[in-house]
Amino acid sequence: MMMRAPASDLPIELGNIDIMVGDVAIISGLSLRLSAGQPTILIGPNGAGKTTLLRAAMGLIPVTRGHVTWGGKDIAPPTGRAILFQRPTMLRRSAAGNIRYALACAGVPRAQRASRTAELIGLVGLNGLERRPARRLSGGEQQRLALARALARDPAVLFLDEPSASLDPAATKAIEDLIHDIAARGVKVVMATHDLGQARRLAGDVVLLHRGRLVEQAPASEFFAAPKTEEARKFIAGELLV
Amino acid sequence: MQTDVSALHLILTHDPALFAIVRLSLLVSLTATLFAAAIGVPFGAFMALIRFPGREGAIVVLNALMGLPPVVVGLAIFLTLSRSGPLGSWGILFTPQAMIVAQTVLVAPIIAALTRQTVEDLWAEYRDELAAMHVGPARRVATLIWDARFSLVTALLAGFGRAAAEVGAIIIVGGNIDGFTRTMTTAIALETSKGDLPLAIGLGIVLIFIIILINALAWGARRAGERYAG
Repeated sequence: MMMRAPASDLPIELGNIDIMVGDVAIISGLSLRLSAGQPTILIGPNGAGKTTLLRAAMGLIPVTRGHVTWGGKDIAPPTGRAILFQRPTMLRRSAAGNIRYALACAGVPRAQRASRTAELIGLVGLNGLERRPARRLSGGEQQRLALARALARDPAVLFLDEPSASLDPAATKAIEDLIHDIAARGVKVVMATHDLGQARRLAGDVVLLHRGRLVEQAPASEFFAAPKTEEARKFIAGELLV
Repeated sequence: MQTDVSALHLILTHDPALFAIVRLSLLVSLTATLFAAAIGVPFGAFMALIRFPGREGAIVVLNALMGLPPVVVGLAIFLTLSRSGPLGSWGILFTPQAMIVAQTVLVAPIIAALTRQTVEDLWAEYRDELAAMHVGPARRVATLIWDARFSLVTALLAGFGRAAAEVGAIIIVGGNIDGFTRTMTTAIALETSKGDLPLAIGLGIVLIFIIILINALAWGARRAGERYAG
């Protein structure tokens, strides 16, 4: 059974942050608190700032203004956090080799790595593919392998950046089932998507972003039943947010 | 035609003089390639990953060093190892060791420059994942070198090819002494000038065969590795 890392990284507080690239503001004046509990789904059109927000919350990019804290600390090594990128890079190793590498990076003792690798391979349903080169797996299999790699450090918080953006429905369902399973184990899932159906299926609460600003944040049932803002109403109705 | 038959006769009868030259050539070039790899691979990885003022200029210089003229390197090593030179006390001028030093100097920039390009390209791919896994600098370098190992074989082959085919530097620092520092390339140059074409052609055939064989072995190893690791 997976042992989740202590939730010392939670809550994650983003306090009035700006993120600039050159003169362009990717995120503007955004405040958000991510606490333990149900999955938080970030939605919004392309360019809304979802990926940038995930990376800032993960601690991969600095904020230009404002502050980010993890469990109340300004600086916290990402030992309790993990991220699955939209297009994860497979290391030039076997599927099992990718997981063993992540386990080594997470400081798992060598003696435990074989059993943990087998456990994670089983968790993401890649049994029988352990020795196959990771780069020769299908897109869906690579996403699941990347998910297993992310879980190698037993994260308290798992960031997912459009994990099924380029997958077919069957592969998408496999990923969503895994996300349900991971959330049920007590891992805080924070996921970006522009797929409203997926947001409905997975969300505990929803954060709508548009043009780098937080437009609305609400429990999923409230957000979809009674959106408070015009942008949210349009987005849910399938109208274009420009 | 008679010359070609004589050359083949030397090879097929395992002519001792010819094979002594082949053995020394392989010893010098393979050792130099190993030393050059030990220097060039970490240095190339360092250049790929570390940002410092003047890095762009350093890369231009490193790439330019791939085209070092062998005779100039030979002259520089000669002056360094000569009795009055700074390393004259080593007493290795006109020995195989001096030839290894010269070929190492020639080959190291080739391996370093090709390693830098290979590792930098892989780093662009891996950067986000390794950052997310909180991989420290030492493990990062080791990971990139390990995962680029099949591409780096090409860099080592380029280095070995340069060493094996080189004549200008080793003839200056080795002296082309019969039975001691005479290699395939220096022997070919000498025998051709003397008009002893069978030995020169025989050595030429062996040299080309060795280079093809080593490339074929490396290619096979690379393909096998790619099948395993992707």
